[in-house]
Order: sequence, then C-alpha cells, then structure tokens
Amino acid sequence: MERVAIIGAAQTKYERNKPDTFAEMIYEVVSKALEDAGITIKEVDNVVSVSSDFWDGRTISSMAISDASGAFGKDITTVEGDGTFGALYGMMRILSGSFGCTVVCAHHKGTESNMRGITNTAFDPLVERRLGLDSINSAALQARRYMSKWGVWEEQFARVSVKNHGNAMRNPLAMLPMEITVDDVMASRKLADPLKLLDCSPVTDGAAALILAAERNAKKWTTNKKRVWMKGVGHCSDAFRLGDRDLADTRALKQAAKKAYAMAGISDPLKEIDVAEICDAFSYMELMWLEGLGFCDDGMGAEFVERGHADFDGALPVNPSGGRLSAHPVQVAGLAAMAECVLQVRGEAGERQVDGVETALAHGINGMCGQAHCVWILGK
Amino acid sequence: MGIETAGAAAVPRRSQRRFKQVREVIDALRHGTRRNTRRLAAKREVKQLSDWKDQVEVMVHHGKISVPYSWTVGSTLSKWYVLMRDKGEIWANRCPSCGKVYVPPKIKCNDCYKDMNDWVKLPGTGILESYTVVHYSEPVIQPQEPPIIYGLVKMDGADTAMVHLMGEVEPEQLMVGMRVEAVMSEEREANIFDIRYFRPSAGGEA
Ligand SMILES: [Zn+2]
Repeated sequence: MERVAIIGAAQTKYERNKPDTFAEMIYEVVSKALEDAGITIKEVDNVVSVSSDFWDGRTISSMAISDASGAFGKDITTVEGDGTFGALYGMMRILSGSFGCTVVCAHHKGTESNMRGITNTAFDPLVERRLGLDSINSAALQARRYMSKWGVWEEQFARVSVKNHGNAMRNPLAMLPMEITVDDVMASRKLADPLKLLDCSPVTDGAAALILAAERNAKKWTTNKKRVWMKGVGHCSDAFRLGDRDLADTRALKQAAKKAYAMAGISDPLKEIDVAEICDAFSYMELMWLEGLGFCDDGMGAEFVERGHADFDGALPVNPSGGRLSAHPVQVAGLAAMAECVLQVRGEAGERQVDGVETALAHGINGMCGQAHCVWILGK
Repeated sequence: MGIETAGAAAVPRRSQRRFKQVREVIDALRHGTRRNTRRLAAKREVKQLSDWKDQVEVMVHHGKISVPYSWTVGSTLSKWYVLMRDKGEIWANRCPSCGKVYVPPKIKCNDCYKDMNDWVKLPGTGILESYTVVHYSEPVIQPQEPPIIYGLVKMDGADTAMVHLMGEVEPEQLMVGMRVEAVMSEEREANIFDIRYFRPSAGGEA
C-alpha cells in the first residue's frame, strides 16, 4: 500500500475574540502550511475542510471558506466533527488513488457565539435537549461516574490541569499558559460538580491546516526531515445517548487505539510512543483516555499522571502543547494535536520539544463525553 | 421564520499603532522625488503586508438567528410519551435477541441491530449512577434557575440509564448508588417533563 505523509502543518495563535474572520484564519493557516511544505496551491488537488455550521452561524459553512482553503477550481469536501476525522478522510482520498495532495483545514470561533446554547443542540430535541444538557454538565456526569467507578478524586483531576497549563508556558500559540497549583484548581469557581472552572477547557478561536501527500509526491517535493508519515489510524464510535453507554467505559477508544496500533505495528504503546497529544477538553478526560489508549490499566490514569509519567520530562509526555485545557478550538482541536505531533517528530517544536521523538500519538474526540474517538500514529 | 441582523455596532479591537510610519509614507509621497517615493513606497509595501493590520479598527457585527422547527416524535418515542401522559407510567422496550432493556425506548438494539417490539412497564424506581449540581446560569437552555441537579438514573428493570432532573433533595444529600424514584407531573403533555424529576426514595443507599 502506498503511504501518505504530512508534508506541511500550520496553526494560528489561539485566542479569545480573535479579530480574524473564518476565511482570514483559513487563508493564514493554508498559506503557512503550503510554505512549510515548500509547495504552491497548484500542487494541491483536493481539500477536506472541517467546520460546524451551528458554531459558524450559517449553513454550508465549508463553502464559505472554500476560496480561502485554496479549493477554487478543485475538489472540496467537508467533515463536520473533529479535525482528526478530517485528516482520516484526507488520507483515504489519497489512498483511493484519486488524489495526490490534500489540504485538510479546520476553523472554529467559539467566542463569537454561545457555547452552552450550541452544545445543548447536540442533544436529542425529543428527549434530553429540553432538560438543558450541554457539554459541561454532561461531562460532569461522566466525571462523577468515572470517580465512583474507580475511586478517583477531584484533586487527581486537578493535577492534569496544573500539568497542562504549565506546559502551555512553553507554547507561544497557547491561550492560557499558567503556573497554577492543585489548590488553585480546587478553589476555582464551581461550574457543574465535580467540575470547576480550571477543570474545563476555555472557549477559544483558531484554525489549523495540514498538507497530506501521496508517497510519490512527498518524496519528490520534500526533504526527509519535513516528511512525517501517517503510520496508523483507527476510529470508533459508541452509542449516541449518554445513558446507553457506561460513561466510565472507554470501549470505543480501545477499539480505535487497537486499529491504529495494529496498522502502525505497535505492540507496547508506552514503550514505542514518545509523545502524545490527547483530548483533554476536561481534566478528567486525559486520565480516562490514557487508560483507553492502553498507556495504563483501567482506573490507573490518575496514578499514571500523579507519578509524573505524563509530565514534560516523564516516560510519556502528554500534551506538551498545553492541550485543550490551554486552548480548545473545538473542531480544530484534533488537527492542532496532529500539527503539534508533526513538529515533535520533526524536532521543530521549539521550547516544547520533547527529546528524541520518533513516534507520536494524536487523539481527537467527536460527540458528547467522547462518543467517538480517532487515534493517529505519526512518525519518521 | 426570521433571520434578524441587528444594526452594526462598532467595537474597536485594535488601537491605532505605527501611525508614524504611515505619516512617513504620506510625507514622502507628497514631498519626495518620484524616484525615492517609489523606493520608499516599495519598501513600505513589503512591511505593510503585516503592518497595515495593526492600524485597522476591526468591526464586529451582532446578529441572531431564530428559526422555528417542528420535530416529529416518531412512533417509538410517541408511544412512550403517550403512555406517560395517559397512564403516568414509564415503559421501556426489550431486544428480542440479547434481552437488553432500553429506556427511553429505541427502535433497534445498539448491539444486535434488531427491532425491539417487546414493551415492558418499569416500576419507576432505580439507582442514582451519577449526578451533578449545575451552578452557572444559562437561561437560553436551562428549564429552571440554578442550582440545577441532574441525575443519571439506572431504573429498575432497565439496562440503560436516563438523564433527568433531581428534586426534593439537597446537594449534600446526593450519593452515587442511592435509591431514587420518578415523580410524575400532575399536568402531562407527552414530553420529557411528564416525569417531573427523580427524588430519593425509601430504602436509602442500595
Ligand atoms: Zn440486543
């Protein structure tokens, strides 16, 4: 099978009330990603855009940024969900043999609307929506279910927030670099028990883009150092309704990880993966997903983080970018995680560079409480 | 249906900066020789690619989209709601293949993808699997003033859980595993609020 490489990556700075339009952000990241790849828009033969109509406040939001994405006169298609799923679609288009170079771009401006109002509309209007569920209170139900199933404490969630905001101090693109303590997290405003303000990712604006190329083109256009191979990918979805799943169970992620590891030939993820960017939309999620990804046993995520294994200088640095807790441009989040992994594999991550990265893992979620997961293995 | 766009309100986001540089270019255009004007303008042009943005007063236009919808409830959920409205009962349906009981009812079992035509009546009691006390206010979506308590209730006789409001309970009394029961509304309209809320029931902790 032909391989697919990521040959270009770019992100905007993540901010509140970003003064750029959706199109301006996409122009910025696609231009920078092309420059990073050392190619022009002429070499690109298709675009996968990632956006959400409801967040953008318009229908067919993908068409509104098609010029900005460089899709004029080309094939463009869209994913409404996380950027990791857009990248999967982009890779599949190349593997189909129909395309040789794909731009995958995602944009999000959370600060232009009402986050709770919008995430409420993700719920079934016939049942849960009228109860007032949204991304925060549903996550709170998951967090407590996870706590009671495994005997995890709020302080252990807080530890994730401390680590990731601290990591963001090394990332000039992050929105909330902060040196905080577990006490600060515990004392922050209660939003929905057991989640406090500093357990929750912030509403953020930003965009990211990747340039994917078929092996034949990647080798023609770029140097060995620039190419980061898409070695493995897996995705899997659980039930839509919260009550139809066990919210403390990570079976969908386990399936996704199993597929990605099998494709990449990974048998011992903790040994073979050097850095991970995992969806920490809420502090507790990092612990759950560490378990689902097989870095530790079920219920042991808190101990893994407490022992410092996930620290910047730990056995498996997790979210050295500062993660989603430090900037959460929803649909962009997973693509940003992949862009960070590209920098890590190339050794271009600046101050946040982890030593000796050969293989990196990027993870994104879609749907409430991690209904669906996409896992990427990227490497040299 | 109405899509209203409120009048454009000016909200400046960037203060004027590097005014001096613009001044220089203008002065050069006015007074410089043709040649050095061009050179200066060309030099500025390169810088302007990034610089002009710092001088823009970026505007924000406010708007609101209000579009009504009428969603059909479909046969499965309509049956559920009508039983609730007319009899004050909570029903579930069962997978003919694996026996899993779903509430709210579903068309097909997630695991088996088989039609679920067996309906079973639930006693309306259950166990609190998780809960949260919401402290923030969001009138656009919330059915009542905060604090609002939500419970994830695993009802007796069902294999799935249901999210609903909790009532007649103080936040500090909440406990995972506690016995709860549904309280039906007096006035029922065949929607999710026909269950008023769940409250702690006799029997205490399971
Ligand atoms: Zn079944």
